[in-house]
Amino acid sequence: MQIDIKPQTQIEPNDKMTFLSRTWSKLSNWLERTSGSIFLWPAVLALLFLSIFPLIVSFYISLSRFSIALGGFELKFVGLDNYNRLLFGREQTHFLGLMAPPTPLSLFLFGLVVVGLAVFLVRYIRSSSVSLGGLLGRGVLVIGVAALVWILVHTLGPDGRPGTVAVTLIYVFVGIFFQYTLGLGLALLVVQKLPGRRFFRVVFLLPMMITPVGAAYMFRMVTDTSKGPFAPLWQGAGLTDFSWVTSPWGARVAILLADTWQWTPFMFIVLLAALESQATDVIEAATVDGANHRQIFRHITWPAILPVSLTLILIRMIEAFKIIDLPNVMTNGGPGTATESLTLQSFIAWRALNLGESAAIAYMLLFLVTFIAVSYVMLIRDRVVEKV
Amino acid sequence: MNRLFQRKSILRPSPASMALSYVALGIWTFIVLFPLYWLVVTSLKLPIQVHEGPFYLPFVDFQPSLDAWYYIVAGDLSKDTWRTYLNTVIVAPISAVITLILGTASAYALTRFNYQPRLGAIFTFIGCAALAIVAIAFGVPWLVAIISALVIFFLLLSTIGRRFKRSMGNDDIAFWMISQRMLPPIAVVIPIYILFQQLNLLDTRTALIITYVTINLPIVVWLMRDYLRSIPIELEECAAIDGASRYRIFWSIVLPLAVPGLVATFLFVLVFTWNEYLLALFLSGAKAQTLPYVISSQNATRGPQWWNMSVLILIMIIPVIAMAIVLERYIARGLLVGAVKG
Repeated sequence: MQIDIKPQTQIEPNDKMTFLSRTWSKLSNWLERTSGSIFLWPAVLALLFLSIFPLIVSFYISLSRFSIALGGFELKFVGLDNYNRLLFGREQTHFLGLMAPPTPLSLFLFGLVVVGLAVFLVRYIRSSSVSLGGLLGRGVLVIGVAALVWILVHTLGPDGRPGTVAVTLIYVFVGIFFQYTLGLGLALLVVQKLPGRRFFRVVFLLPMMITPVGAAYMFRMVTDTSKGPFAPLWQGAGLTDFSWVTSPWGARVAILLADTWQWTPFMFIVLLAALESQATDVIEAATVDGANHRQIFRHITWPAILPVSLTLILIRMIEAFKIIDLPNVMTNGGPGTATESLTLQSFIAWRALNLGESAAIAYMLLFLVTFIAVSYVMLIRDRVVEKV
Repeated sequence: MNRLFQRKSILRPSPASMALSYVALGIWTFIVLFPLYWLVVTSLKLPIQVHEGPFYLPFVDFQPSLDAWYYIVAGDLSKDTWRTYLNTVIVAPISAVITLILGTASAYALTRFNYQPRLGAIFTFIGCAALAIVAIAFGVPWLVAIISALVIFFLLLSTIGRRFKRSMGNDDIAFWMISQRMLPPIAVVIPIYILFQQLNLLDTRTALIITYVTINLPIVVWLMRDYLRSIPIELEECAAIDGASRYRIFWSIVLPLAVPGLVATFLFVLVFTWNEYLLALFLSGAKAQTLPYVISSQNATRGPQWWNMSVLILIMIIPVIAMAIVLERYIARGLLVGAVKG
């Protein structure tokens, strides 16, 4: 790669041209060969810049206790104390929830799930592609799911009280179910050639555009039972003194409604773009061949939007685990801790300058999300995407 | 024959299903618009009217006033409003565009090339990064620590790193990217704060732009990866045979075909950065504050100032709505129709 660079004055115009064009072709060759790296690396570097350092630092904070000391602050290393307190100690009922003693029904439900998981494991062992890593991964998956189900059945019963883990899981899964179904339904409606559909498309995007803090305050206004717009309805139902803040499930439903209102557009717009980029000639051909709407949806549209849908659900899931503004503003986590999400619990600990515990909760959330996201990718996404 | 089918478009629904569609769309439109209507009404009320109970129609059951609007736009709070508004208007679009460029490029790379990062190299890198951070924690100047860690990394890479032959694939890279969004922002604000403090970038728009680019990159990569996958590779192969370079293929073939996806993704990233609150709260002081901060500061000691909040929320969404109206038509275009047949 030695290029002789002569002083500029000695180069004849002709030489200069060839020199330039030679350098250019070398450069473009090099660019072509390394194009793979050039496309990928900027994003990777940007992510590395802001991800590794915070990740390691906050992990260290989660292993220590923060206190204000003379002339500043002090971080004392305490090992796994913060985690221990969340899982087994003082904060257990807050974090995992208050577990009711096992009842026949709860044991039956738990048993059903265990049987399902056992079948899943046995099937894998019997299959042809068994590997140690795969077995280990599936073992972790089975144990994790069983533990989560155990917590859910025992805290959601009449005697139990769900902790922030269970509440967050409810927000995530119930919320995503409604958001996806509504988003898909609306996208399918709007993709039709209806007059005035552009109006609907823009209107349906509106909720997403409000800042989450603002949307939370807005819903606090709208759901207010004495001054909100539905106050006459509440009074008519004899619920004048009723307030969302006093009923655990009422408060959770209110937050789920607000969450669905705000995030259905996210599902809607991505699905709409996916539906729009679908080739219409296939559908027309199918119609000519006599396929009805249901068949077209089942065999043409659905497989086409499935990969995007699964990505969408994964992204929304990761975002939904971090829900904080709605419960914080609408109910302040109450009544008690009934609507408190994991991030809100972390935020409250943080506000109390309990930085160690706050970071520990955040890390537990990270473990939980990673566990669920990895299981989701391994079990559902990869399998379906490969099939399509 | 062909004409006949095209004229009576098959995609146009029958009158009955059309009526049903309108009913469903109407219901959801109402659900979407009602809370927004309530914001508009509240922004026209005086504090006393908000506290006395629900009033629905201006001029009919209450006398509207522009007090809150005046207070926010031209009165006492106007300086705060316009200052933070300007910051939002600068930060959000710039970071959205940068994110879109970086993210789409790497999404394209992840769908068209094969990468095999070695496990050994990755672990060495993580080890060196941890080493550097520990060194910084013990008081080594950060520039020295980072450079020496990099040196150690490359030394190790050329010796030990080669031993571990196992490598990861494209999907692992993509998953690593999305996993960067899993930690809640509350856990990373302190380290990020320290980072920007060291770089002397606290309370600048640059810091916000950098942060927003990195936190939104994974979303762009994942969404664009799916859109780009659905673009037939045959087109690119044809162009490559004709002598087009990778960059030209990317710029003049892939990007135009991905416009619906690009627009949808751009809208998201714009909205996310436009509305981001927590990180902005920590990384900016008086100079670089963005609008969401002003909204939440309306929850003062006297209770939430509903009327002011309503005005702020409304003036905050107007530009984004305008953007959505402009961009919506690009989502609608099915550019891929018939592309492969040619």
